[in-house]
Amino acid sequence: MSFNEKSVLANFKLVKAPIYSHCFSADRTLLAITCENKCLVYRLQGATSPPSLVATLENHDKTVTAVDISAHGRIVTCSQDRNAYVWEPLSDGSYRPTLVLLRINRAATSVSWAPSGYKFAVGSSARIIAVCYYEQENNWWVSKHIKKPIKSTINCISWHSNGVLLAAGGTDGYMRVFSGFIKGLDSKDAVVNSPWGDKFPFGSLVREWYQGSYVHDVKWNSSQERIGFVAHDGSLNVVDSQGNHQTVDAPEGLPYRSLAWINNNSILCAGYSCHPVLFSEANGAWKFAKNLDKVSDANAKKSTVSLDGNDDEEENNAFGMSALKKFKELDLKGRVSTAVQHSAHENAIVELKAFQESNGQVVQVSSCGLDGEIVLYNV
Amino acid sequence: MSQSLRPYLTAVRYSLEAALTLSNFSSQEVERHNRPEIEVGNTSAELLLQPMHVSRNENEQVLIETSVNSVRVNIKVKQADEIEQILVHKFTRFLEQRAESFHILRRTPIAGYSISFLITNKHTETMKTSKLVDFIIEFMEEVDKEISEMKLFLNARARFVAEAYLGEFVY
Repeated sequence: MSFNEKSVLANFKLVKAPIYSHCFSADRTLLAITCENKCLVYRLQGATSPPSLVATLENHDKTVTAVDISAHGRIVTCSQDRNAYVWEPLSDGSYRPTLVLLRINRAATSVSWAPSGYKFAVGSSARIIAVCYYEQENNWWVSKHIKKPIKSTINCISWHSNGVLLAAGGTDGYMRVFSGFIKGLDSKDAVVNSPWGDKFPFGSLVREWYQGSYVHDVKWNSSQERIGFVAHDGSLNVVDSQGNHQTVDAPEGLPYRSLAWINNNSILCAGYSCHPVLFSEANGAWKFAKNLDKVSDANAKKSTVSLDGNDDEEENNAFGMSALKKFKELDLKGRVSTAVQHSAHENAIVELKAFQESNGQVVQVSSCGLDGEIVLYNV
Repeated sequence: MSQSLRPYLTAVRYSLEAALTLSNFSSQEVERHNRPEIEVGNTSAELLLQPMHVSRNENEQVLIETSVNSVRVNIKVKQADEIEQILVHKFTRFLEQRAESFHILRRTPIAGYSISFLITNKHTETMKTSKLVDFIIEFMEEVDKEISEMKLFLNARARFVAEAYLGEFVY
């Protein structure tokens, strides 16, 4: 396998099925991925050796769609079987599942812990966002619903670092900001002087933007009070509390499935073109900056030309007899050249996560893809 | 390849590449179901996208119907005369009877088209999208050749049979 060594730090082929979601623990030692109706937990062993499997979380009976790890190491998984589980790590390395009372009757599609680690939000196909928190008296996770005005499946959710504002996007083409304020859990001090408003009662719609195509991913930049989101029309959008909306289109035309803020004025996107693309902001406008790990056209062309050249030579020298030639062509017809270069991901990238930060800048990004690989990129 | 076939196939190729951006999408109408949205009667219009219609002439057309998790590609193969109509019908029927081994082949074409493919997110997850597109383009290239070849064979055979039969009456 050949790829641009500079941008790809590590490449782990973990499973044969698509990985819809992945998450690293806060100290970057554990990696949780979704795999069909299971969630696999790996321990990282450096960039060169493959991670070792430490736990398999299997309680779901349909495809697990999302996984997230809280600041305290709790893992939450949600699945198309309408359930979510919180997995409490035990001292012997295993996990104890607790069912979350989601009260939804369609698939759960996305899950995200609030930065505090005491509540999380689950997006669903039931046109509901369930904000879940632990209830001490009953010893279970209960949920409160945000229903209005969601009209279709929620694809993605993202918490503001204050743990109150919740951005969500879905197949109805809207990106909305809700309040996920839970009485008794959140304090009003977190949202004092927020540019998004004065009062945040639970479930209130703070702001909404209409994009007109499926919103695939949304991410807050809390320090700047800005939100980035990518949509199925191949656009990257950045919006803020003043109502400013900036759009930049994918240079290759194929839509992005995920984005990650690198710093205050650059965003990394990835999706169906199988390699990440960096966008940056200059003079208040977002522009394409560079491709990471892209197979250049020149390389691809070179390999095919050399192949053709070889074939011609062989033909001239060795293949005089027509029968032999016939069998050779038969052999060649179904042949796939192994020399073709490709990027680290061979199929669409579905999720990007910031892996390592230094000085307020993300320097390494992890990605998971439909090809069952986890890739770490240097930015 | 003829001059007008190339832009036709290029248009189909780019339309397919754009259409094959599928995601795993669980039904929002039926509980615990995950079904190709393009194939089911849908009350949520947002899940179906604008169909793309590429037409070379009235006999050769491609209709690409897209949705959030599945794509239906309908191909109308050139049928200039009645023999070609019969040949295309037999040929596509032969393939459709073996649809399991073709993975993406639909068992019946939709009305007005010769053959239909149904590509779901399962297929794009297990196969390379570029190869899927290559396959369909190659199929479109080959099927015309195949049909005209069969027509030539058929004509040659008919001539041979006619000669052998009518030879009986020559003294």
